[in-house]
Amino acid sequence: MVFKKKDLLGIRDLENEEIQYILELGESFREVSARYIKKVPTLRGKTVVNLFIEPSTRTRTSFELAAKRLSADVVNISAKNSSLVKGESLKDTAKTIDALGADAVIMRHPSAGATYFFAKNIKASVINAGDGAHEHPTQALLDLYTIKEKFGRIDGLHVGIVGDVTHSRVARSNILALTKMGAKVTLVAPPTLIPVKIEAMGVEVTYNLDEIIGEFDVVYVLRIQLERQTESLFPSIREYANLYGLNLDRLKKAKKDVLIMHPGPINRGIEISSEVADIPQAVITEQVRNGVAIRMAVLYVLLGGAEVEKVANQKR
Amino acid sequence: MNEMKFKKKKLIMDEAMIKRVLKRIAHEVVEKNKGAEKVVLVGIRSRGIYLAERLTKYIEEIEKISVPVGVLDVSFYRDDVANRIIPHRVSKTEIPFDVSGKNILLVDDVLFTGRTVRAALDAVMDFGRPASIQLAVLVDRGHRELPIRADFVGKNIPTSQKERVWVNLKEEDGVDSVDICEDID
Amino acid sequence: MKKLLIKNGRVIDPANNLDETLDILVEKGKIVVLNKNLNSDGAKIIDAREKIVTPGLIDMHVHLREPGREDEETIESGCKAAAMGGFTSIACMPNTSPVNDNSAVTEMIIEKAKEANLVNVYPVAAITKGLQGKELTEMAELIDSGAAAFTDDGKCVQNSEVMRRALEYSKIFDVSLISHAECSELSQKGHINEGYYSTILGLKGIPSAAEEVSIARDIILAELTNTRVHFTHVSTEGSLRMIKEAKERGLKITCDVTPHHLVLTDEALLEYDTNFKVNPPLRGETDVNALHKGLSEGVIDAIVSDHAPHAVHEKDVEFALAAFGIIGLETTLPLMLTKIVGEGILKLPELIKKLTIAPAKILNTNKGNLSVGNNADVTIFNTKTKVRVDSNKFLSKSRNTPFNGWELNGVIDYLIVGGKMIVEDEKLVNRA
Repeated sequence: MVFKKKDLLGIRDLENEEIQYILELGESFREVSARYIKKVPTLRGKTVVNLFIEPSTRTRTSFELAAKRLSADVVNISAKNSSLVKGESLKDTAKTIDALGADAVIMRHPSAGATYFFAKNIKASVINAGDGAHEHPTQALLDLYTIKEKFGRIDGLHVGIVGDVTHSRVARSNILALTKMGAKVTLVAPPTLIPVKIEAMGVEVTYNLDEIIGEFDVVYVLRIQLERQTESLFPSIREYANLYGLNLDRLKKAKKDVLIMHPGPINRGIEISSEVADIPQAVITEQVRNGVAIRMAVLYVLLGGAEVEKVANQKR
Repeated sequence: MNEMKFKKKKLIMDEAMIKRVLKRIAHEVVEKNKGAEKVVLVGIRSRGIYLAERLTKYIEEIEKISVPVGVLDVSFYRDDVANRIIPHRVSKTEIPFDVSGKNILLVDDVLFTGRTVRAALDAVMDFGRPASIQLAVLVDRGHRELPIRADFVGKNIPTSQKERVWVNLKEEDGVDSVDICEDID
Repeated sequence: MKKLLIKNGRVIDPANNLDETLDILVEKGKIVVLNKNLNSDGAKIIDAREKIVTPGLIDMHVHLREPGREDEETIESGCKAAAMGGFTSIACMPNTSPVNDNSAVTEMIIEKAKEANLVNVYPVAAITKGLQGKELTEMAELIDSGAAAFTDDGKCVQNSEVMRRALEYSKIFDVSLISHAECSELSQKGHINEGYYSTILGLKGIPSAAEEVSIARDIILAELTNTRVHFTHVSTEGSLRMIKEAKERGLKITCDVTPHHLVLTDEALLEYDTNFKVNPPLRGETDVNALHKGLSEGVIDAIVSDHAPHAVHEKDVEFALAAFGIIGLETTLPLMLTKIVGEGILKLPELIKKLTIAPAKILNTNKGNLSVGNNADVTIFNTKTKVRVDSNKFLSKSRNTPFNGWELNGVIDYLIVGGKMIVEDEKLVNRA
């Protein structure tokens, strides 16, 4: 496997075999995370910058742990304590971080495509940790890993993504990742939360969860952002929960071994009921755990990555 | 792996010889450790695994007790990660037993610069505190870059830097043999 | 003033139905004779063999940024860029700072253009004060000062009642109201065309409906008030369908289109390159095909650059923060020659019509023709020379073009404005 890319900006840019490779590496890093000493010296001396222009606790922490378990030095920059609030342009931020000698920048930004802009202006590897409604590739990779762990495959599974697809980078990355790996994807949401021409991404769209839930192997529930209500995208949280919330009643119509996923943080009682969030088929915490391993794998391929093939038994 | 790049020069060990050498090492291990009670074997990926499995079998035949065997992938511990010249495939490390207080026998096919063994030592240490770590190799070809030596050596083979030592094992390559090869270009 | 004799060029003057090899004699700034084999003692001879000779081209939609953003463009630099692009007349939009909503700004623009002494500049004044969409500007005084038309370009008069009254009031003067059709409620926070690409890029889209709703409204209001409405930078299939129908019913509707909407689609945005960010946004293939059809069927009257200069720091930022706009004065003619005439969508004389007499009529000027006795505004170009677009060589102060590096046909050899040579042998004449 040759991984030549400088950055990981989106699932869109990944070949199938690259996805496969990262998932396989994830397995090795899961093993590292299970050890007594959860740390390997792989990226010793490398500097990883967590640049979070949009607040996030779980993704930032997950990346920080991943980098630290690989022995990299980690610096956190968030919007609050950066000069970005003083009006420094993103281009100057890139130049500054470059000058400081960072090897990788993990970046979250509220604006779609900001990571592309940033990557063009910096020598370091850029990992997209979520840019606007564009992509969140490591989330999709950890979701693939979690699904594969449970079913042993992705190909041929039917995954239902339920919720606000329009504003969701998680949905976009997962649609790309799941369809690339051969899963069937159906989006379930009110039409106001389904972006135009999304069918061209190779998915089906339906508005009625009750009618289709029995066909899903995986129900992927998206977080509903409460402020969307004021944008006339749905009349009320109550009505949304009634139509699309995943509760025990609705779950009775689903397959017995259906897997329930959510990128977190969950709104209990809105898109998913408290009872459902806590049943064993809901693998929300396993997603979090797998996230560290997958992010270690991503850092590894970008910063330590195997490039030149060596004769296997000719170890130096 | 592209075998076309190399020209085979000389057969060093054949199947029968590899078998004899491994049996001899098994006896030496038992002798040095006064039995095999606290001995665990850890094969270094990839061909070290098969050698470790074969050694385990021979030790079990001698001592009539079961000897645990683990697998180590040292990719994450190599010092050449920064140069991006690490092996193309990373596999899982599997050490399904407690290493603390044990005599660990690291098993690899070829001992060359010593860097792989150095990485393996670090990796094993992360699993606990073994009583001792020993090293068994099928071939020692010299050219050490670190102060490392093997406790058990199948065969010492003087080589030039240009030459390559090619170990084939049935489990992976279909035959048992050790050849010296040379770069064609 | 020296006599000029333009010899042996292919003279294309759609206003006078001319397309033949002719000589043109210019004296005292006026066109004196058009005929074959002219001679004139002492005249400076321009050899136009193998070249196209047309009435000076007109770009009726340009942003000159002065007053207010002289770092992006000035009236002088904009006029230079226009000259190098083959335009002898340009109309400049009122969204400057301050807005051109009063005679002082209009007069200042005309004064500065006179000082630059390069090409004719027609200020287009605002429909409403401060482009706020609320109170009408003093149209009579603005026309007196030299305003050629009215528009709230950059914005759109959202209030239908205000637009109705503006149209009605404009009847006193028989001027065109230029409509930048955009329902801001439908377009708000949008960055690119709403479609497959906005979906995969995660950018909020601007639906075709944002333009079409506004076009429908203004057609209805034009009918109600029996006035002239000119739709600028039309970009969708639906817009053209309505405009065609309105024209067929005899309404006084005209429209124009930009080169970028004719040659690019929203697919170009895949890498988030802000040079492709423009309003109205680059649309899909169906729309581009409809625009091509609209050109060849004559539904589209004019072609305009919508030259919109922006400073580097307004484009070299996150996509969502980047300014809308593309500069076009220096690429419009070569793009149209290569991609529209070259691809057989328009014949050369049809293209020239949309760059000369058609915009002249919309602006109520006596330009865009080579009629004897008129001021000698002449553009002479060749369609064969291949040029690689190099934005660093632009005379515009800005560089925000998506066409940098494109290989195009067509170079301006000479530009004559009022009998004066402005461009000679592909270079701006130094008149220091």
